[in-house]
Amino acid sequence: MSSAEFIRVSNLHAFYGESHILHGLDFSLRRGECLALLGRNGAGRTTTLRALMGLLRQRTGSVMINGVEAIQLPSHRIARLGLGYCPEERGIFASLSCEENLLMPPMVAQGGWSLEELYTLFPNLRERRHSPGTRLSGGEQQMLALARILRTGARTLLLDEISEGLAPVIVQRLAGVVQLLKTRGYTILLVEQNFRFAAPLCERMLVLEQGAIVLEISGPEALAQHQEQLHHLLGI
Amino acid sequence: MIDIFGVPLLALLGQMLLGLVNGSFYALLSLGLAVIFGLLNVINFAHGAFYMMGAFAAWGLLTWTGIGYFGALLLVPPLIGLLGLVVDRLLLKRIAHLDPLYGLLLTFGLALVLEGGFRYQFGVSGESYEVPESLQGALDVGFMVIPKYRLWVIVVSTLVCLSTWLIIEKTRLGSYLRAATENPTLTQAFGINVPLMISLTYGFGVALAGLAGVMAAPIFQVAPLMGSNLIIVVFAVVVIGGMGSILGSVVTGLGLGLVEGLTKVYWPEASSTVVFVLMALVLVLRPAGLFGRSA
Repeated sequence: MSSAEFIRVSNLHAFYGESHILHGLDFSLRRGECLALLGRNGAGRTTTLRALMGLLRQRTGSVMINGVEAIQLPSHRIARLGLGYCPEERGIFASLSCEENLLMPPMVAQGGWSLEELYTLFPNLRERRHSPGTRLSGGEQQMLALARILRTGARTLLLDEISEGLAPVIVQRLAGVVQLLKTRGYTILLVEQNFRFAAPLCERMLVLEQGAIVLEISGPEALAQHQEQLHHLLGI
Repeated sequence: MIDIFGVPLLALLGQMLLGLVNGSFYALLSLGLAVIFGLLNVINFAHGAFYMMGAFAAWGLLTWTGIGYFGALLLVPPLIGLLGLVVDRLLLKRIAHLDPLYGLLLTFGLALVLEGGFRYQFGVSGESYEVPESLQGALDVGFMVIPKYRLWVIVVSTLVCLSTWLIIEKTRLGSYLRAATENPTLTQAFGINVPLMISLTYGFGVALAGLAGVMAAPIFQVAPLMGSNLIIVVFAVVVIGGMGSILGSVVTGLGLGLVEGLTKVYWPEASSTVVFVLMALVLVLRPAGLFGRSA
């Protein structure tokens, strides 16, 4: 594992009960890059993130995170390696106010955003700070889910379907935020179904199909070259 | 003499006071049950046994080591809490991934074993425990005379319940607890050691039962079955308040104690069933409980 790689996944298998979901994934996430995991529903993208975060009971293979083997670690130890996880269902806590949601995840590293910086980036959240978390609109909840992992100081973000089900204007704002995070040197793993959202943001894209990586695209040339295959795989 | 619906005011106030004392125990016990149920999804049937052991621990401290009531009040809750930690580590952790029904059965079995053990050792009738000297006697508040110890029970349990509620609702630790109650997996993925928090929560809930046991020792007979007599009513309190609702369990505990006291005045025969009639009504009209969030 080179020091340029923050996460190195080797031969990762994952299971839900009897079903074998991931079939030996191999990929790496380099420091400072934005990598997309694309694929259809059920291809294993969300499972990949959950396996990285240690949220599955059964997984085998190797997940090196910043030089530490994490395949056996409980998820709270994995988070402390500097990961911020934004789950597909957003996971806003209903029994916590908007601001309590923001303050809930503990610091995992130095250099997290202050409340003030977060409220500047997401002014809506300042207005809604005392509302119960789940009273927020879908877009606000997504911003909250993103903002609360920025506060923890995590420099590597695992973002699951952040553009899903949101109005185009909000999706655009989120793309702007991801762009900003890239310029600040964050490492981002973006799970997406929305190819048009991911393509302009990511240097590399991996396409999953039935729990295996079937295509890797890095750079615009490769993108043009694999256009047709991509359309076929993603059904776009 | 003023009568209220044909009952002298003083008799009425006396029964209400008794009701509040009972309500204080309901509140302390159901608070622990609610906290445990919220985070562990375990309906802790052993709660009554821990309460009984709290009372016996107070009695044992006094009898064998000479440590009195106030010492017991400080020592027994951590001791019983520690016992809870052991139970969680050795037993509950093993079944945490199974259906909650297993937790209920396990803790029910545990309660039977513990109570059986104490019955074997101490017999059914139990031991008596003196009210500490400084809390003996009564306080004349003008319109009525209140036994000091009963007042003490009401004040202490209200304070304990209130501070528990404040910790859970207003502190960072409490926000971890609320988050983990709602979504343990994600809370852990943010870097919080949820399994440890679950153990400590069980220990804390059980420690509250131990505290209630110490406070009950001077009022009720310290007997092996004192917990199982009380715990059924406490479960009704938890259901009426709303499973897992902290505020609900406290308010309902005190409130039902009062209702029971009042029923004793106006319709004594119904006083031991009124709680369950209310429970049935609440289950029909508001299945999530008075303070519960409907799923």
